[in-house]
Amino acid sequence: MLSALTVFLKEVRENLRDRRTVLNTLLTGPLLAPAIFTLIINAVVARELDKAERPLPVPVIGAAHAPNLVAALRQQGIVVKDAPADPERAVRDMDADLVLRIPADFAASWRKGEPAEVELIYDASQRDAQGSVSRLRSALETYSRRTGALRLLARGLAPTAMQPVVVADRDQSTAQTRSGTLFGMLPYFFILGAFIGGMALAIDTTAGERERQSLEPLLVNPVSRGEILIGKLAATSAFALVSVLLGIVAFSIVGRLLPTEKLGMALEIGPRFAMLTMLAMLPLVFLIATLQTLAAAFAKSFREAQTYLSLLMFVPAVPTMLLSLFPVKTESWMYAIPLMGQQITITRLMRGDVVTFGEIGLCFAATALAALAVYAITAAIYRGERLAIST
Amino acid sequence: MIDARGLKKAFGAVKAVDGVSFVARDGEITGLLGPNGAGKTTTLRMLYTLMEPDAGSVLVDGIDVARDAAAVRRRLGVLPDARGLYKRMTARENIDYFARLQGLDAATSRARADALIEALDMGAIAERRTEGFSQGQRVKTAIARALVHDPGNVILDEPTNGLDVMATRAMRAFMRRLCDEGRCVLFSSHIMQEVGALCDRIVVIAQGRVVADAAPAALLEETGAASLEDAFVAVIGSEEGLAA
Repeated sequence: MLSALTVFLKEVRENLRDRRTVLNTLLTGPLLAPAIFTLIINAVVARELDKAERPLPVPVIGAAHAPNLVAALRQQGIVVKDAPADPERAVRDMDADLVLRIPADFAASWRKGEPAEVELIYDASQRDAQGSVSRLRSALETYSRRTGALRLLARGLAPTAMQPVVVADRDQSTAQTRSGTLFGMLPYFFILGAFIGGMALAIDTTAGERERQSLEPLLVNPVSRGEILIGKLAATSAFALVSVLLGIVAFSIVGRLLPTEKLGMALEIGPRFAMLTMLAMLPLVFLIATLQTLAAAFAKSFREAQTYLSLLMFVPAVPTMLLSLFPVKTESWMYAIPLMGQQITITRLMRGDVVTFGEIGLCFAATALAALAVYAITAAIYRGERLAIST
Repeated sequence: MIDARGLKKAFGAVKAVDGVSFVARDGEITGLLGPNGAGKTTTLRMLYTLMEPDAGSVLVDGIDVARDAAAVRRRLGVLPDARGLYKRMTARENIDYFARLQGLDAATSRARADALIEALDMGAIAERRTEGFSQGQRVKTAIARALVHDPGNVILDEPTNGLDVMATRAMRAFMRRLCDEGRCVLFSSHIMQEVGALCDRIVVIAQGRVVADAAPAALLEETGAASLEDAFVAVIGSEEGLAA
C-alpha cells in the first residue's frame, strides 16, 4: 500500500503544477452549478415579473370594428397597438408575440346575436409568448362572459343557467415542490462537476502516461499494477472530490442569495443539505473516477481519451432528462440506481422533502457497489499485457 | 546473470520471437544485435517482465520471472524503448519517484540519486523540470531512474538511439563502467560498430531466432568474414534492415 501512496502523491503533485487542471478542478467544475443556476433563476424571475405586472401591448387589426371590445381590453391593461401589414408573417418571424384580428363582419354578427369571431394569431411553439397569449385570451373570455350574462338578464334568465358546474382550483403544491421542477437539473451539474474535476487526471494518468511513453518504465518497477491503479484512482478521485465539495459549498452559499421567493419558491439549502448531498455524491465520485480511468485506459492517445470522456459526460444527463420528461412517483428502488439515486436524493433534499437515512444509505451502498464492480473490471484491464505497450 | 531459455512470443499469426535462448553473464556486456523487426524489443520485454512468454522461461540471478516477477524487477535496471519522463517534474523528482517505487527510503534514494547525477554528469539539469530536455538529457534522466536501486543486471533497449556523437561516446563509457562494476549489462542495437566496440559477447537475432551467439572475434572466425559487418550479413542471410 506504500507504493499506492507514492503513486498518489506523485500524481497529485504533478497535476497541481498544471494550471489548466487546477483551474478546471477549483473553478470550472465547482462554479458550474451556482453560475448556471444564478443565470436561470434571474432570467425566470425577470420574465415572470415582467409578464404579470406590465401592460401587455397587443397589435390589433380592425380595432374600429369593435370599439366596445377594445375599450374592455384596455380596461384590463392591454395596450392596443397598430398591427403589422402581414400579421401571420410577423408572428412567424417573431417580430410580434401575438396579433388580434377583428374581422369586418364582427359588428354585423354581434348585432344579429350570432357568435362574433375574433382571430388570435400566435405561434404555440414560442414558449416565451404563451404568457401573453393566455392573458389576452382570458381578457377576451372575460368580456365574452360578461356580455353573455347581460344578454341572458335582458331575456329574463339567470346568468347562472349557463354555469351548471363551477370548478374551484385547490392546488396542493407548496413553494418547495414548485421549485423542484426548476431545480431538478441541479444534481446533474454537481455530477458534471465530478466529471470535470476528475477528467484531466483520468486521462493524464492512463492514456497520457502511455502517450508520453512513461507507462512502460513505470510498470517495470517492483510494484503490482493493482497498487499503481489504486494510487492513480485515488488521485483522480481526490481532484473530483475537491471539485464537487467546492461546488456544493458554492451552491449552498449562492443558492441562499437567489431571489427564489419572488417566484413563490423556497429552497432548503443549508449545512444539512450540503452534508447529505456530499454523502450521496461520495461513492458516485469514485464511480465516475473509475469509469473515466477505465474509458481512458482503452484509448490509444490523449485525444482519443478526451473524446471517450466527453461522450461519457452525457451519461448522467439521461436520468435527469427521463425524470423531467416522465415525472414519476419516487419509489425506494430508485435510490439503488447510481445517478438516479443521487438525482432523487439531492432534488428531494433541496425541496425540503424527507429523505430517510435508509434511503441515503441505499443510494450510498448501491453506488459504492457499482464503483467496486467497475474497479474490478478496470483492474483486470490493468493486468493485461496490452496496456503497457506504448507503440 | 540473465538466462533466457527457449523464449517464444506470437502476436496473432506473427511469430515475433520464435525460440530465443542465450545467457548474459555478470561482468560482461552482451549485445543483442539484429535488423529492425527481428524481435529484439519483444525479447527484452519478456526479460524485464513486461510481457509473458508463450513458451520458455527467464531466470535472473537464478530467479524465475514466472515465479517471482517482483524479485526479478528489484534486480533489474531497465531502459525500455519507451523512455518518457514526467514533464512537470524535475529530473531529480523523476529519479526519486522510481527510487520510492523500488522501496528505497528517503535517505538512500537521495544518496543514490546524488551518485548517479554525478556519474552521468547531470548536475546542471538535476533541479530543472524535464520539459524541453534534449534527447541526451532525457536519456540520462531515464538511465538514472532505471539504476537508482543499484541493480546487478542492466537491460538497455537501443540506448544510443537518437543521441549525437558526444552523447553516444559518453553512453558507451558509462556502459563500460557498469560492466567494470561487475554488473551484467545487456543491450540491444542494430548498429554494428557499437556492438563490435563494446561487447564481450554478441547474440544475433533474425526473424525471431538466434542465428549467432559468440564473442566478436569468434564470430569473425566462424563466418570467415573480413569485418563484423560482413559477418553480420553472413549470419542473417540478407542486408535487410542493416545500418552501419
